[in-house]
Amino acid sequence: MCAVVFGLSLGVAAYATLWERKFAAFLQDRVGPDRAGWHGILQPLADGGKMFFKEEIIPNLSNRFLFVLGPSLFMMTALMTGAVIPWGADFVIGGKTYSAQITDINIGVLYLFGVVSVGVYGIMIGGWASNNKFALLGAIRASSQMISYEIAMGISVIALVITSGGTLSLREIVGQQDAGVCNFVWQPLGFLIFFICALAETNRAPFDLPECESELVGGYHTEYSSMKLGLFLFAEYINMFISSAIMSAFYFGGFNFPFAAELYNAMGLEAGSFWITLIGFGAFFTKIFMFICVFMWVRWTLPRFRYDQLMNLGWKILIPLSLLNLALTVVVEYFRGHIQF
Amino acid sequence: MLGYTITQWLFGILSFLAIMFGLMVVFSRNPVNSVLYLVLTFFCIAGHYLLMNAQFLAIVHIVVYAGAIMVLFLFIIMLMNLNEDSEPQKTWITKIIAAVAGGMMLFVLVGSLKGSEQLGLSTYGSSQIGLVKNLGLVLFKDFLFPFEIASILLLAALVGVILLGRKEPVMDKKL
Repeated sequence: MCAVVFGLSLGVAAYATLWERKFAAFLQDRVGPDRAGWHGILQPLADGGKMFFKEEIIPNLSNRFLFVLGPSLFMMTALMTGAVIPWGADFVIGGKTYSAQITDINIGVLYLFGVVSVGVYGIMIGGWASNNKFALLGAIRASSQMISYEIAMGISVIALVITSGGTLSLREIVGQQDAGVCNFVWQPLGFLIFFICALAETNRAPFDLPECESELVGGYHTEYSSMKLGLFLFAEYINMFISSAIMSAFYFGGFNFPFAAELYNAMGLEAGSFWITLIGFGAFFTKIFMFICVFMWVRWTLPRFRYDQLMNLGWKILIPLSLLNLALTVVVEYFRGHIQF
Repeated sequence: MLGYTITQWLFGILSFLAIMFGLMVVFSRNPVNSVLYLVLTFFCIAGHYLLMNAQFLAIVHIVVYAGAIMVLFLFIIMLMNLNEDSEPQKTWITKIIAAVAGGMMLFVLVGSLKGSEQLGLSTYGSSQIGLVKNLGLVLFKDFLFPFEIASILLLAALVGVILLGRKEPVMDKKL
């Protein structure tokens, strides 16, 4: 299961790079990469090969160990988040039950926050060890941005946990959405806040100030070359994939979809069948794909924020809004009977 | 293995690592390295919390200390760009005073911990006390008053920080 999720994250991230370029080309009325293979289908392999064969440069005045540690840490934390996401329902083969999730820890939501908050060290260490003013500025921007938006994100997730009946396990959060409506119906504002914060946490435009090429050359990865640069860029796509998965699981029911039980009945599938897991996985993936498209759509539509606008949005708009959302959630859940005093 | 259980082995390894990284915090020449070693120390302590069945405490320790507070420390140190050449060196009197003060702090801590065995605090509730739900119930039912006192303390600190960090309003508008 570990290997499957590892391969899946890397594979999706690789093809997300191609899809991003195709998508940008579509929005800008261009063709996009179409030379490597059919419609450029081999482009990610060509990019990867190019990255591996580029000259590797480590600046003389940099701290060598930390310089290499930075991108490795960033990549590692990006891959670690996939461990608690439930990719599909449990299935039974030959009397043994297999779970389509690496581990279902009862503090899954907090685990995600722990990993995300440690992820910023990759950028900070890399940016500082480069011994370059632009890289340092990029690293400092990244860390302050991530810390600011983590607060609003955390408060919106608390509201979500209240709606889900007080569980911190991702499997249970997804599970309680299988009958009735998905969490988005009860948490529209919370979802909006979470989505904006997810954009900021993944350093995607319009929040890509840490690498802001018009001011900072390349931001925290200015001094990086070869596959170490590749790791930084690639981890961004993995983060995007994982945060799309988290949003679908938190707010849109994960591997559940409307009339799923009726469909399985009509197809004559029993609970525990591998096909149910597969169909659920397909539904989950459709949602993830749509979120990835929204991420790209936002990136190629909106211009970048100015730094003070970014901080004002985080501290003066999103945090009060998420507190309001929390208060509203408590009132609504009291009338739904989920909270007793 | 050698008469120890796996928990004892883990405890020993984590304690060794925590103390080693703690020493590295003090002995590193570069302040950025010190902060990174401190982060590693926090991870070892989070491991200790896990060994004591306190999962919530462990993960919150990582989120708050390693993920937020230490990032801000690193942030400030990177901005100030401290190093040995530019930093004024402390005299040996300051060093001795610091060592004595630190030693007395250690003395107080050891003294207070020495009596804690008789209190039996470690057996409070069941072994599931570290789970979020049980911990929340205990905090908000049995220990509500200390909890609120702690939150007022934090609030006071917050207000103080905002007061200190606020720019003085400019009285003279003619510039």
